[in-house]
Amino acid sequence: MAAAAIGAPHGANWLRTGRTLPVLVVTLAILAIWYAGAVWLNAPQVVDRYGDEPWTWTQLVEDSWAMDRPVLPAPHQVLAELNKTVLQTAATSKRSLVYHAWITLSATLLGFVLGTLLGILLAVGIVHVRTLDTSLMPWVIASQTIPILAIAPMVVVVLGSIGLTGLVPKALISMYLCFFPVTIGMVKGLRSPDVLSLELMHTWSARPSQVLWKLRWPASVPFLFASLKVAIAISLVGAIVGEMPTGAQAGIGARLLSGSYYGQTVQIWAALVMGSVMAGLLIAAIAWMERITLRAMGTKP
Amino acid sequence: MSGRLGIGLLLTALLLAGCWWALGQVHTGPVGAPFWLVICVLLVVAWFAMDRLASISGWSRLVPIMFGAWLLFLWEVAVIGFQVPRVLLPAPSAIGSVFVASLDMLRADFVQTFVRAVIPGWVMGCGSGFLVALLIDRSPFLQRGLLPIGNLVSALPIIGVAPIMVMWFGFDWQSKAAVVVIMTFFPMLVNTTAGLTQTSAIERDLMHSYAASYWQTLLALRLPAAMPFIFNGLKINATLALIGALVAEFFGTPIVGMGFRISTEVGRMNLDLVWATIAVAALAGSLSYALLAAIERMVTFWHPSYRRQR
Repeated sequence: MAAAAIGAPHGANWLRTGRTLPVLVVTLAILAIWYAGAVWLNAPQVVDRYGDEPWTWTQLVEDSWAMDRPVLPAPHQVLAELNKTVLQTAATSKRSLVYHAWITLSATLLGFVLGTLLGILLAVGIVHVRTLDTSLMPWVIASQTIPILAIAPMVVVVLGSIGLTGLVPKALISMYLCFFPVTIGMVKGLRSPDVLSLELMHTWSARPSQVLWKLRWPASVPFLFASLKVAIAISLVGAIVGEMPTGAQAGIGARLLSGSYYGQTVQIWAALVMGSVMAGLLIAAIAWMERITLRAMGTKP
Repeated sequence: MSGRLGIGLLLTALLLAGCWWALGQVHTGPVGAPFWLVICVLLVVAWFAMDRLASISGWSRLVPIMFGAWLLFLWEVAVIGFQVPRVLLPAPSAIGSVFVASLDMLRADFVQTFVRAVIPGWVMGCGSGFLVALLIDRSPFLQRGLLPIGNLVSALPIIGVAPIMVMWFGFDWQSKAAVVVIMTFFPMLVNTTAGLTQTSAIERDLMHSYAASYWQTLLALRLPAAMPFIFNGLKINATLALIGALVAEFFGTPIVGMGFRISTEVGRMNLDLVWATIAVAALAGSLSYALLAAIERMVTFWHPSYRRQR
């Protein structure tokens, strides 16, 4: 691995030891399997439609990649749908996937911010108050055994019945999902300064708040960012599931559900790809912030 | 030490008596401001009791149980005392009685969702993830190609494939198991591959100097060293599997199953039953997690994280 890192930028070595080529090959293999799978899964329906007419294999392959409601749409069909709903439609239209993505993204971000704040607060409490450590920590862990994703629609309906609709219920579900990794990571991070540093602070007769701000908080930053990457991904999942069977009209989750009701497979796959791209971008954004923060703190990136 | 214990037990007894009285009061009729004052006093008593007991080794295990019971008590008192509508949040006592009354239905749901979909899906997903990890372990090319993609996929909202799986495999448990397989495959793959790199060069050199074959090194050295990572994957997947199966049931099921029960009974505003189903799911999730943690403790007893700390 070390050799790969050193030799990465140099010509032939780059091909032999780098990551780009393997990832490229595997991606191409996945695409090939996808196309083959589309033929294999769609062919029975296509043949069925031909009836008694004569057909050739080329025709079969072409038709199975161009069905209206395929069992498995071919990648270029999904791309065409994405092109139609992202680039060709105005972003404010209800037919635009950008509009739906924005609905989901706003709930994700609000839930993420709330969950991160709650997680950090809980962690600071747990690290400083022993009773909270023994009484709260097991319940923070136990809270995650409630399958909140499964009851997310119920939470949305119940909050709706007391007048909370739209953004907030979904954000609350995201918050519930993402405070957990933040709490766990921050407890570990705030406890990560070694005893020597803590005792040094003690000899300077630093107050607990000074120890927190000058020692514990900086030491926990790498742990915080590791947790944030997990948290933003599951925060998105929470927002999507929160939109599912609740009669939500907009959002990635609502697109998945309506696609499933009307058998619009291409629409489902386009929504799925959109969600995946969003997840990738959000994680990349966190990684970018991590690099900037660590550099500003003087740590090697 | 014994003084602290005495005070702790005294406070706990006081707390129990107070809670008993409060439960009696709240169930007999409307309560006023003095009652809530007593609850506030009980809150302080509970805090000190837990604080005393938490500092005594051997008794500190009681504290989480006390905290949970205290939460349930507050839930019950608040819901009944403030007359929160049943549609919004049912009281724990109501949930308990519905739970006992509909045991048969809950059992049928549990069998459909957990036994038929979650367990086979979890076994197949973890098993195939493990086998593929062994496979790509032999090929550095595949490892460099597949792992970044695996890492990416495990961060994606995979739960979205549920409608597709329901279209492919039908409404019954097969589609739910398929969702579970897809959701559990990549965490297992990534964890096992990470675990297989956990041995140090000196240990591998030692195996090499014994003239051990690839499989001997794998079985005697690398797999045992990978066990903490493998169990990490198994535990993550235990919760993921349950969630995947439940969410997949929103996209169509036969008229049985925990996800089906939750979504239909919410529609009928039958929240007692919904919470009873949630209790079953939480119980099943916690128990399977605890079971895996216990097995992990037996298998990886040597790991530093199990040494006595502090």
